[in-house]
Amino acid sequence: MASNAVPGLTCRANGEDGPRQACVSGGSLRNRFDSESDGAPTAKSSARLCSRDREERAAALEELSQKVLACLGLDRPGSARLGKRMLLHLLRLSRSCPLQEVRVRASELLRTAQDEGVEVPRALASGPSAFIPTKEILIEGPNQDVLIESFVSLGRVDHLTMVMALHPAYLSCFLRTQHALLELDGPLPRHWRHYISIMAAARHHCAYLVQQHSAGFLEAGGDESWLSGFEHTPTKLRSLQTLNKLLAHRPWLITLQHIQELVSPGAEPRWSLAELIHAVILMAHTHSLCSFVWGCGLNPEPDHIGGYTFQPPSPNHLPRSPHSPAPEDGRPELVDGAVEVEVLLKRMVELQQQQEEEECTQEEMVTRFERERSESIPTAVVRGAPPDLVVCLVEEPEFRYEDFAPRGEQSPPVMRAQDYSWEDHGFSLVNRLLPDMGQLLDEKFQVVSTLTYHRMAMHEGVDTYTLRKALWNYIHCLYGIRYDDYDYGGVNVLLERSLKVFVKTMACHPEQTTARVYHTFWRHFRHSEKVHANLIVMEARLQAALLYTLRAITYYMR
Amino acid sequence: MEKMSRVTTALGSSAISGRTMFCHLDAPANAISVCRDATQVVVAGRNIFKIYGLEEEQFVEKLNLRVGRKPSLNFSCADVMWHQVEDSLLATAATNGAVVTWNLGKPSRNKQDQLFTEHKRTVNKVCFHPTEVYMLLSGSQDGFMKCFDLRKKESVSTFSGQSESVRDVQFSMKDYFTFAASFENGNVQLWDIRRPDRFERMFTAHTGPVFCCDWHPDDRGWLATGGRDKMVKVWDMTTNRVKEIYCVQTIASVARVKWRPERKFHLATCSMMVDHNIYVWDIRRPFIPFATFEEHKDVTTGIVWRHQHDPHFLLSGSKDSTLYQHMFEDATRPVDMANPEGLCFGLMGDLAFAVNDSLISSDANRKPYPGGDRRYPFFSFKRPNLTEQFAHVSSALSVFETDLDSHRMDWFVKTAQLYLLSGKSFAELCDHNAKVAQELKRPQVSTTWTMLRIMFSDPANLAAPAPNLNLSKLGSLPLMNSFSMKEMGPGMGTDGRLERSKGESRQDNIHLEPGNSHISNNNEENEETEGSDGPVENMFADVELDDDDLYSMEQDNQAAEEQEYTLPQEAFQLRHEIMDNPSAPEHLQQDKADSPHVSGNEAEVTCLTPIESFSLISISQPLFSPHLPASFFCPIVREMLSYYAEQGDVQMAVSVLIVMGERIRKEIDDLTQEHWYMSYIDLLQRFELWNVSNEVIKLSTCNAITCLNQTSTTLHINCSNCKRPMSNKGWICDRCRQCASVCAVCHHVVKGLFVWCQGCSHGGHLEHIMNWLKSSTHCPAGCGHLCEYT
Repeated sequence: MASNAVPGLTCRANGEDGPRQACVSGGSLRNRFDSESDGAPTAKSSARLCSRDREERAAALEELSQKVLACLGLDRPGSARLGKRMLLHLLRLSRSCPLQEVRVRASELLRTAQDEGVEVPRALASGPSAFIPTKEILIEGPNQDVLIESFVSLGRVDHLTMVMALHPAYLSCFLRTQHALLELDGPLPRHWRHYISIMAAARHHCAYLVQQHSAGFLEAGGDESWLSGFEHTPTKLRSLQTLNKLLAHRPWLITLQHIQELVSPGAEPRWSLAELIHAVILMAHTHSLCSFVWGCGLNPEPDHIGGYTFQPPSPNHLPRSPHSPAPEDGRPELVDGAVEVEVLLKRMVELQQQQEEEECTQEEMVTRFERERSESIPTAVVRGAPPDLVVCLVEEPEFRYEDFAPRGEQSPPVMRAQDYSWEDHGFSLVNRLLPDMGQLLDEKFQVVSTLTYHRMAMHEGVDTYTLRKALWNYIHCLYGIRYDDYDYGGVNVLLERSLKVFVKTMACHPEQTTARVYHTFWRHFRHSEKVHANLIVMEARLQAALLYTLRAITYYMR
Repeated sequence: MEKMSRVTTALGSSAISGRTMFCHLDAPANAISVCRDATQVVVAGRNIFKIYGLEEEQFVEKLNLRVGRKPSLNFSCADVMWHQVEDSLLATAATNGAVVTWNLGKPSRNKQDQLFTEHKRTVNKVCFHPTEVYMLLSGSQDGFMKCFDLRKKESVSTFSGQSESVRDVQFSMKDYFTFAASFENGNVQLWDIRRPDRFERMFTAHTGPVFCCDWHPDDRGWLATGGRDKMVKVWDMTTNRVKEIYCVQTIASVARVKWRPERKFHLATCSMMVDHNIYVWDIRRPFIPFATFEEHKDVTTGIVWRHQHDPHFLLSGSKDSTLYQHMFEDATRPVDMANPEGLCFGLMGDLAFAVNDSLISSDANRKPYPGGDRRYPFFSFKRPNLTEQFAHVSSALSVFETDLDSHRMDWFVKTAQLYLLSGKSFAELCDHNAKVAQELKRPQVSTTWTMLRIMFSDPANLAAPAPNLNLSKLGSLPLMNSFSMKEMGPGMGTDGRLERSKGESRQDNIHLEPGNSHISNNNEENEETEGSDGPVENMFADVELDDDDLYSMEQDNQAAEEQEYTLPQEAFQLRHEIMDNPSAPEHLQQDKADSPHVSGNEAEVTCLTPIESFSLISISQPLFSPHLPASFFCPIVREMLSYYAEQGDVQMAVSVLIVMGERIRKEIDDLTQEHWYMSYIDLLQRFELWNVSNEVIKLSTCNAITCLNQTSTTLHINCSNCKRPMSNKGWICDRCRQCASVCAVCHHVVKGLFVWCQGCSHGGHLEHIMNWLKSSTHCPAGCGHLCEYT
């Protein structure tokens, strides 16, 4: 777990050469040794570039530039030797490496290459997110240490990490969990883990995560043909399809039978419970991560399809790739935004007092829950067909989220939070079947539920507990989980309609998130606060999906 | 019957009787509670709230407290408690945060008495005071505990746990004012009911939530807690520091824990996940439950002993919608099924074997094991404690040690310590290591080292020793069977031959190992003895099988052994060559066919003398070109290293790798190297050879290995002024704004080497401290500590 070293734990040497991180980045790097090919950045060299030792890094950087220059020299006119992968590698380094010397050198090299007549790619996106101005992220993310730490341990800093770095406390435990899920010992082979994540991401048409995991999949020694469609995969993986589909869109439909089909002794191919739990957590994790990716409007990485172009920039036309979130610019007119914040603040205070004074009847409480649950929130326009990359990986693409209980229909029974909770039941089950994972998830849920900076928009010293709770419970409400001890009237008071639209879109149809949806809620709030809201949605969604599945597994084990 | 009568006395007039029985409930139960005289039990759950009468043969439904057309959430109970003094009083905790009391004495159908809605979140627990009629305590998910006086409309005091979620509250049985509360963050707090401002004491009992706690009914200081971490712990609260006195590890998170009446060391537990059984533990025997009840089909949610002075009846409610009365005599006793036999191998090949005493004694006249038989009957029993109801099982443990040299790892340790890996010229290193191996009686390894020196040293240096050695090595073959030269003559050390040898060489070694062990054991079969010192003999052994008598006439046992140990010094080359030479079996066949076998044998024996090998100069000279480039041998060496590594002697592989350095490094792929290094370092560290392991790490050329030295080298420092951790870099503590590491002698900031006294943590510049302590024995800071500098 060396790579999980908490950022900021620097060694204080009493010597002259300043602090020196002294940890090895464990397995994750070493495992990359296998995929080497000419011209492309070898795993080994990039591993050295992420060394914690400054000199080692400098040497690696030097080696890299020597190699590039040698390639340039060998066959002058063409760019044949300087492979596309190498160019993209350089491009990525020049854009996203948190270490300045690497960034500068990489862009120099690219420029040299261009001078030599090589066609050089150009990043299309101007920053990690299409919604959040780049400068916000750079200014608001003062904690460079976190980024460097993740660069050193993961070998890259992707857009996801950059945006999440707005909340360093969360980022570190997120990375730890993800690392444990994908890299550390577990019942599933590594390339399977990535493939399951790909399957999960494809359900939400999330090209970003599909590409991220495809790279990981190939690196872990996966068979390339799997990526072109399910027919090449083992039946055991294919048997996960139903669960994946339900987990992504309507987890409340998961029953004992679904688990039985996979696990019971007669099942062919048969999953072990530990494998199944691992797969379920992977899928749920990726589904909720899709929400975050869409909700923050993450741009494709520079080396992703749609993240770069070899065409020179044209002055008036801004090329947009179909993979980045819709360009529809929804910067709204700034109507009395400040007033809105004041109103919200007032309501929060009132709500707190109200709770102490007035008591409403049980019937009223039930009605309030029902109202929230069945309120029709139109979720954005349905966008065009998903990118080809993803299409081949989705079965039954028409299966989507449907309201938990559409009006007038027999609704499935509500899940009572008191009867099956993460703290009492879910944790024990996960920890039993996949030791450590329960602990990691528990930690993550705890961090996200206690995360606060005591501020709201321009106000400091605010207790945001009620607001955060309302958000969390609203999402669980959308998934049919009810807290007996929560007054759902609070949701209606605190969450304005535009916020509800955003939350519901993100939690239920993340692929339909647009810039307008993102920009219309909380207009005076900081971007980091919106990202915070995103985190809450993501974790609440993860927990809801997990609870349903774990409950089904518990029933199976009974 | 005797037991029965005792119970009766304890209970006074109303004797309890009954049998194991159950009844179906309409809905899953969340909690149960029993009334004082043990005749009725109340069951509460989300959709059920009923009172059952406990009759001799069955449960009889007495009362349904869920009345009204639209049951409100106030009926959705998380917990229920029956007052232990006032028989008509009940309290429930509702999932919506309400605390409700019920008065059975009310004439109307609705028995609801009072409703307190002060908690904002689910109430997890309610608890009546054991003696006060009107005092009720509640603990809620919102982190508050509230004390209600039932004569008033609202709570009289609120206790804030300052953390999320109170999971359990329990009044002390003996201390009138004390209650304990357990929390989701793992803490347990002790409160005085009169002081709502802060807790009396707090300690961390578990990692993760503490789901339940229970005071011992007799012993005033004992508190049992159960947590999600699957432990039950018993705490002694009478001492200054709360002390954990017993700990039971269960197999699932512990949802409820209840002391068994009249049995000081017994308690019952149940789990809320996965495991449906109820266990009764003797806390002094934490490994096997004393008794188990296995009736429920879903998790047990509530357990209660039927009467506070009767240890034989246990009631339980479950999510499977049943209510059970368990008779203790019907319980399963896991101890009866435990297996008192065990068998285990030790790291060094020792074998431990535990078996029931009775079995051993019946076999009294068995023959003692010939080699190193040690039997330790080591279970010394405490005098049987009358309160302990465990059946005493005693086992005898026998340990069989292997003291055969072949299984010892002494050679490994010695080799690791004596090998030189750097610091001298290549040839010297090889020689040194060869000598080390020689002394440890590992001729094959020793030979390998010498070979390496010859192969890779400069031809100039080689001049003196080389011809001689090569002679003997080449010469031996033709001597044995002259025709074999044709087959392999020019190919000495070429790839082709080696490839052939791969398969065979392993076989050779398999021969070798059993031979070794036999030697040290007792030389009984002399042909096996031959095989012990290397493949040469192995081959002879093969030869010998053909005409056994002839050979044994020549040499007796003793001679053979002596020869073995003198052999290597003169002719180790010979041995090594043959090890690579797979053709032994072929020779045999051919031998039979055309050459008289006896001659072969004789020739071989004579060849052991240097004079003989000298005579062969003329043969060998043309075959060997002294100017072969070093790289020529690399494939062989690579094969050899893999061979050693596969045989488990990774020490050899790594040592050679280091000594050879650049000569061989490129030949072997990085992952393999790394793998070898890792294994070797791991071995070294197991034998606590830290220095050697560090040297290996330092000398290794793999990135992944060298950086091992940099792991966990982070040093966390506290500021010497304010004693708090230094978080920033540099020399100034950002809390107290003082320079943290000041030299105690010159009072300047120390940049560079800083030496501390581990006793008083004062220190300073290395040379300052050195000088100071030459003249003085006390700490330079004046703290009075007698520092030592070594």
